[in-house]
Amino acid sequence: MTAATATYREAVRSGIRRAIQQDTRVFLMGEDVGRYGGAFAVSAGLLEELGPERIRDTPLSESAFVGAGVGAALGGMRPIVEVMTVNFSLLAIDQLVNSAAALRHMSGGQLSVPLVVRMATGAGRQLAAQHSHSFENWYAHVPGLKVLAPGTVQDARDCVLAAVDDPDPVIVFEHQLLYNVQGTLDDDAPVADVWHAAVLETGTDLTLVTYGGSVPKALAAAAALRSEGINPEVVDLRCLRPLDWQTIIASVTRTHRMVVVDEGWKTGSLAGEIVAGVVDRGFYELDAAPERVCSVEVAVPYAKHLEDAVLPSVSRIVEAARKVMPRHG
Amino acid sequence: MTYLDMSREHATELLERMVLIRRFEEKCAEQYSAGKIRGFLHLYVGEEAVAVGALASLRPDDNVVATYREHGHALIRGISPSAVMAEMYGKATGCARGRGGSMHLFSDAGRLFGGNAIVAGGLPIACGLALADLMSKREAVTACFFGDGATDEGAYHEALNLASLWKLPVLFLCENNLYAMGTALERHAAETDLTRIPAAHRIPSEAVDGMDVAAIERTVRYAADLVRDGAGPRFLELRTYRFRAHSMYDAERYRSKDEVAKWMERDPITMFERRLRQQGLIDDTLISQIEERVANVVAAAVDAAEEAPLEPVSNLCRDLYARAPT
Ligand SMILES: Cc1ncc(C[n+]2csc(CCOP(=O)(O)OP(=O)(O)O)c2C)c(N)n1
Ligand SMILES: [Mg+2]
Repeated sequence: MTAATATYREAVRSGIRRAIQQDTRVFLMGEDVGRYGGAFAVSAGLLEELGPERIRDTPLSESAFVGAGVGAALGGMRPIVEVMTVNFSLLAIDQLVNSAAALRHMSGGQLSVPLVVRMATGAGRQLAAQHSHSFENWYAHVPGLKVLAPGTVQDARDCVLAAVDDPDPVIVFEHQLLYNVQGTLDDDAPVADVWHAAVLETGTDLTLVTYGGSVPKALAAAAALRSEGINPEVVDLRCLRPLDWQTIIASVTRTHRMVVVDEGWKTGSLAGEIVAGVVDRGFYELDAAPERVCSVEVAVPYAKHLEDAVLPSVSRIVEAARKVMPRHG
Repeated sequence: MTYLDMSREHATELLERMVLIRRFEEKCAEQYSAGKIRGFLHLYVGEEAVAVGALASLRPDDNVVATYREHGHALIRGISPSAVMAEMYGKATGCARGRGGSMHLFSDAGRLFGGNAIVAGGLPIACGLALADLMSKREAVTACFFGDGATDEGAYHEALNLASLWKLPVLFLCENNLYAMGTALERHAAETDLTRIPAAHRIPSEAVDGMDVAAIERTVRYAADLVRDGAGPRFLELRTYRFRAHSMYDAERYRSKDEVAKWMERDPITMFERRLRQQGLIDDTLISQIEERVANVVAAAVDAAEEAPLEPVSNLCRDLYARAPT
């Protein structure tokens, strides 16, 4: 089969299906992944297709089933654990930080935790503070974890497959607003190198660095900027830990200007880390102070106009890009 | 059917409260389909007797902690229908100024502490509210509502143990509607008799017909009085059923139409109405008066929400701190 149109949701599902079919050690577990078909319908139909041994509904017990994922990985399985959203992963973060991330090193290299934890992230659906967090940076902070954040349809499949293939614990963030996005999926293509950033669009004037749910916004902003005669390069990080400094620095070396777009809150953000890293590694390449487009530092409100005001938007990205460009006249 | 020892006035009040919640939520569903209300909208349709019966037994200075399925609790605890509707419209006149929406209704005056959308997130908080009452020597009860799904969470078991160990004045009210989203009780809990786990923590527990508003009121009053008198926490399982989808839409592949239809025969409003009729406490005239009053209240709430202003974006970051460092 060659490339066809698919949604991001279908691409994730395809990755899960393939991983389970390829390896008897792989299984999916999480709340409502079976009968209900997944809170975001990612696993719809998989229970019927693959059976209850491999598609396992869990109780509403994040700490227990994420921890059981750690244990099953230690015991030789290759679990894919779905936590409905990053918001609820806070009930299980202990298992991920104090066990999954630490066990290999803490055991002097004896233990291995080949665990995949997938979760939806982000805001934009008017779900208010407790359902709208972007905590990718919390996990990307932790040595021992690897963190992926697919921003395109093909990457949505490839991130699942790359994560399952990896011997270490991998967290995969799927932005809630991407599930319905359509794109091209080549289901027979070899798994891409999602551990490194992708240059989605080449340009000469500035680098837009982003990931996950902000990718479509950055692409839209790039199109708007091109119509103004500004030619941006768009770098999709894909992997949030470890960060691909080579690709980021290579791009900034070409453009000398940078805007980072990150749905997290600015204080302590991944965007801050990227700016710091570029300053460390490429200070003399920069012709202007980098800009960060992040969420406004307030709990995400329910009302649409307030939520819109909090989140990075195309117009805020365009504005930031203009700011890093040399002034005309 | 046992004889109801209840004044006409009180019976009418209970009925009217249930009808208000029902009609209010039916209107919410309509407004959701019209795109006026967004986000998640978890309806309480079918479960109204629980909030109405339980809250009728509480006092104004008692604390209430609820879940994201809390429109009923909010209305009964005194948030005006227009403030609830405006909140769902995301307007500045909403009870949380449009910040919370359907899942996060609060009332300081009504001592309603949310509106918590993290399953089981309210249970430890309820323990703390009760601890504050205990330490301040206030004779108040903290009523903590949560679903059957919440009993799977660690926070549930931790809260039960803490409340029992410290004899905290918490009344745990489990709204068992037999499903946690799409997962049936017997598929999410190893022990489906939900009264047994509290009992293991030495918390007296009892199951009540969650469709019988009078039975709920009676049982909750008895339990709340004991809790108030310092007997320590108690647990009631209210056996009920949600007639609608988990949130506004789901495919409902996890339960049969027959099952839903069976439960609908035990509609708490119809059952109570029938009983009151049999005892001659109400008649058609009274019922149509109730419906008319409720319809007016709901219509006024919608009108007010429609006309209400939006919170100015310049106020976006207010209420983050009481004392913002400058
Ligand atoms: C910690 C946590 N995990 C998952 C969810 C997603 N979720 C929302 S409601 C729900 C089901 C809860 O069921 P139950 O406690 O029985 O309450 P009901 O909805 O039936 O009233 C789930 C899984 C959540 N909000 N919080
Ligand atoms: Mg339930």
